[in-house]
Amino acid sequence: MQQQATETIDRSHMTVSDEVAIQITKMNKWYGNFHVLRDIDLTVHRGERIVIAGPSGSGKSTMIRCINRLEEHQAGKIVVDGTELGSDLKNIDKIRSEVGMVFQHFNLFPHLTILENCTLAPIWVRKVPKKEAEATAMHFLEKVKIPEQAHKYPGQLSGGQQQRVAIARSLCMKPRIMLFDEPTSALDPEMIKEVLDTMVSLAEEGMTMICVTHEMGFAQAVANRVIFMDAGQIVEQNEPKAFFNNPQHERTKLFLSQILGH
Amino acid sequence: MSDTHAQTVPFVRDTMVEEQEPPLSQSGAYKWTRENLFSTPLNIILTVVSLFVIWLVLSHTLPWAVLGIWDADSLAQCREIRDEIYGPDASVACWAVIAERWNQLLFGFYPPELYWRPVLAFVLFLAAIAPVLFASVPRKALWFSAAAPFVLYWLLWGGSLWGPIAVGAGFALGAVVMRFATPALGALAGVLLAILVPLLYWFTLCAPLAGALNAVIPLELVDVRSNDMGGFMLAMIIGISGIALSLPLGIVLALGRQSDLFIINKCSVIFIEVIRGVPLIVWLFTASLLLNYFLPPGTNFDLMLRVIIMVTLFSSAYIAEVVRGGLAALPKGQYEAADALGLDYWKSMRLIILPQALKISIPGIVNTFIGLFKDTTLVVFIGLLDPIGLSNAIRASTDWNGIYWELFVFIGLCFFIFCFSMGRYSLFLEKKLRREHR
Repeated sequence: MQQQATETIDRSHMTVSDEVAIQITKMNKWYGNFHVLRDIDLTVHRGERIVIAGPSGSGKSTMIRCINRLEEHQAGKIVVDGTELGSDLKNIDKIRSEVGMVFQHFNLFPHLTILENCTLAPIWVRKVPKKEAEATAMHFLEKVKIPEQAHKYPGQLSGGQQQRVAIARSLCMKPRIMLFDEPTSALDPEMIKEVLDTMVSLAEEGMTMICVTHEMGFAQAVANRVIFMDAGQIVEQNEPKAFFNNPQHERTKLFLSQILGH
Repeated sequence: MSDTHAQTVPFVRDTMVEEQEPPLSQSGAYKWTRENLFSTPLNIILTVVSLFVIWLVLSHTLPWAVLGIWDADSLAQCREIRDEIYGPDASVACWAVIAERWNQLLFGFYPPELYWRPVLAFVLFLAAIAPVLFASVPRKALWFSAAAPFVLYWLLWGGSLWGPIAVGAGFALGAVVMRFATPALGALAGVLLAILVPLLYWFTLCAPLAGALNAVIPLELVDVRSNDMGGFMLAMIIGISGIALSLPLGIVLALGRQSDLFIINKCSVIFIEVIRGVPLIVWLFTASLLLNYFLPPGTNFDLMLRVIIMVTLFSSAYIAEVVRGGLAALPKGQYEAADALGLDYWKSMRLIILPQALKISIPGIVNTFIGLFKDTTLVVFIGLLDPIGLSNAIRASTDWNGIYWELFVFIGLCFFIFCFSMGRYSLFLEKKLRREHR
């Protein structure tokens, strides 16, 4: 249903460089005895926009949560921006401050105003002076089109507005990579569009993005690559056109026929 | 036929209905009374019966309290006056005991010529607590609040002002060490050093320094010993110190209990469970009797200080559990969002997690504080003269032998005022911090 809105975007300056942003090799993860992620290999170049699709429980969210170590992987290697993710707390905090994350349930801080939500991390992690942090925050709030809400609390905003604030909050840290974990799954249909539009404009600026999403229209319009996961492994990956028009694996065909069926 | 189809026929509204006042019988006092007192026959009966019971209680207690005698020197004289005015069978209160002994109920055996010191201390305390309780007071006043405990100690116990100043300097020293050691040596080493350096200072330099300063500029007040303090002054000293100290300790314990670090986690759990699992009165006896065995011979550790430590430890275990409830009530997403932004553990706790968890815990925390404040009356069993202890002492004099109700009513009323205001403040704070629908 988003096709019409997003198909027309200009892809000309969405260039992908040769520089590697994220390198995942032979990554494995278990929850107790349950093998959630199996031999994940993935290389993401700077400026690439990757959409990860798959049925629920396939490990999509777990995988991107491993990239900023909200989840710990037990085997294999993850290198983000040249820094390997290990148990070293300093590395983890460094990577987290370079990698923005947007959650399904927004996770704004309800006790702080919108502006404070956006300035908190720059002030306390990046040590940016308060005035400057507020200016940056207002800039990004204008970009997501809600500067007038800056002094309200998250509880007073609609879901779509909250999610746009969450995106602005991540952008205030000037991240080099953005992770989206089902950013539109908790939203009404009317609000999905405003959030997707924000993400499209971010893609147009060349941000490196990994999105777990069920919005196939967004995938077709924006992604360089669509990755299909099932049972904790990458089953198929391809350019969006080929992925949607000519899926190879049986599981992918089944999945696409299910979601594009109506 | 056409009537039955009226609902299904297409309909377009051409004029909107204006807002109107509700009918008179549906608003104001009339409606309230009807709905709440006389809605059904059963409710009418219940209302009448309740009114009768209330009248029965008040008709006995109110005359007793209101007609009470305020001007007498002893219980016997009270009775004489009663016989004269109301006749020998009347039951009236003898408030004269309060009028004569209220100084004692407030200050215990504090020297009367020095009463101005606890009074001044109380006023200073109110001024110091204001910026902590109300955000509208300028934030700079918090510096005064930080300095107040040392000044209050000096006012109450007397001695040289340099003693408390030298002790307070230890905290400042710790803060300075923390500030400069943490960037150089890392967080853990910084914290350890910030604890060790002040401890060393307190055990070695602190006392000689205070002595030397006092020799140069003497700032001394007459000493008053803890044994002379009593009444509500004692209850407030123990209660307020316990409240102020147990909150931070309780928060640290709650965080410790949530910690992934095995030893810290287990130490917190054991501390909380042991302290909570034993009655406060046992801990108070421990403080008054057993603690001396463990301390080096010759050290004279003030009994009141020991009681404050015990009360603090006791209520911090409760606070820890209340705060843990608040921490557990926060959605996991809040921890994740703080992590994802690159905030380290202490920053995410301080800026994101604790402000929300403490807000959730306010009713429980205040509940614990009210309990602590009332529990200060237990110190009567280890020989401290709290208000209950003083009421026993007052009864022990021949003048007031046999007077019970009036003293207990007065003490109860005073405690009620303190505890009720704490409860009100908690409601005010909850309302102020509410973030939804504003």
